[in-house]
Amino acid sequence: MKNFKSKYIPALAIMSSLILAGCDSDNDKDEEVIAPEVVTPVNVSYEVTITNLTNAQPLSPVAVILHDTGSLWTIGESASTALETMAEGGDNSELLALEIVNASVSGSAPLGSGATETLTVTIEEQTDSMLSLATMLVNTNDGFTGLSNIDLSGLSVGDTWSTYTSVYDAGTEGNSEAQGTIPGPADGGTGFEAERDDVDFVGMHSGVVSMDDGLATSVLTQAHKFDNPATYVVITRME
Amino acid sequence: MITKTKTMRKTATTLAILGGALLSQSAFAAEIDVKITNLTQGIYFTPVIIAAHTSDASIYTLGTAASDELQMMAEGGDISGLSTALTAASADVLENPAAGLLAPGASAEGSLSTADTNMYLSVGSMLLPTNDGFVGLDSWMIPTEAGTYTVYLNGYDAGTEANDEILNGGGAPGVAGIPADPGAANGTGALGVTDVEDNTMVHVHRGVIGDTDVAGGDSDLDSTVHRWLNPVAMFTVTVK
Repeated sequence: MKNFKSKYIPALAIMSSLILAGCDSDNDKDEEVIAPEVVTPVNVSYEVTITNLTNAQPLSPVAVILHDTGSLWTIGESASTALETMAEGGDNSELLALEIVNASVSGSAPLGSGATETLTVTIEEQTDSMLSLATMLVNTNDGFTGLSNIDLSGLSVGDTWSTYTSVYDAGTEGNSEAQGTIPGPADGGTGFEAERDDVDFVGMHSGVVSMDDGLATSVLTQAHKFDNPATYVVITRME
Repeated sequence: MITKTKTMRKTATTLAILGGALLSQSAFAAEIDVKITNLTQGIYFTPVIIAAHTSDASIYTLGTAASDELQMMAEGGDISGLSTALTAASADVLENPAAGLLAPGASAEGSLSTADTNMYLSVGSMLLPTNDGFVGLDSWMIPTEAGTYTVYLNGYDAGTEANDEILNGGGAPGVAGIPADPGAANGTGALGVTDVEDNTMVHVHRGVIGDTDVAGGDSDLDSTVHRWLNPVAMFTVTVK
């Protein structure tokens, strides 16, 4: 699954701008049209390798986007509905469809504990994109991890940058851990619900309590507990 | 975890960047803007103290006993003792940039003009509701290169009071109990989690236990609200 939205799409726009090169704003003189050079767009692509470091928190299909503006989330601010949809139910389709997205890629399936996946995201021409990544810890109410606004401008071809990610709480659903509220395999409950019954701002996740640690109404066990970091991410510029 | 904005490094290890900063040892005066963000969703920060100081001063040192002034802050949120001590040590002190409590998810900003020899930055604020937990930064060297730097801060335990998790208004040094929960998510009537503090040195806070019994149980804290994982704060420093 790979979405591709060039800064310069449609391609015809490139052609017409080349045709018009040198004739300023006056474009009705056919005799001034010069032959277009054939320019092959240069792809800039990044391999993003993510490893799930948790004990028993599968990650929902990982979304990676390249963008110039905006953020998928901001600490202290209310989550977008697109983020809420991903953080509560693991569905990243709304995040990938956001207006800010220039290029994106999504994992095709959940990423299990201990598993590693490599995704490739490609954009034409642009070497100074920001990269953001988001994925839900599916055995939580609304916990997610990811990267926000990583500046790629310093990465030359062949360069690698790596980091660890922390777990955030979308703040859109109370961490009841109750039966029927968690979409992951620990429960098989409901994912996204429009109602917001929590603090309604994004913050760091406080972890899950679990039935083994005193929350009798939790469907989670000690196995679902986690700490930071939750994933290891390696970004390599390939071309 | 320290990163410099707009800088992409092949290996983004904290030590590499910190090591780079350590190479420049010359004294310099600096104009800096600071911003602290409470990353939690259920813990308040009491009035924050931020200071630029020499290598001889500090707010706390891990693995050593808390000073009386740190105990005042960590148990009751009172930064007046630290402020007096730091000022006496010729530190540049920024007190209470949030003008009161720094709520979960909120940020506070301020500025400091640092003297030539005050090359280190420290931060302190009590985590509320806890017995003697605080968020801190100890003697972070102010970079000489202009830019914006981000440091993530952990929760520490002053080691001066048992983490009984009983909310009884006790905030004075040496008085057991938790002063208050500004978010009012607490219970009452707890029996107490423990009356022992095993590590009486300043150490990494182990977090709180809590329970969901609002009228009794072991803890007056709520296990689904008052727990945290590190980091608990983001501290941004802009060197002009």
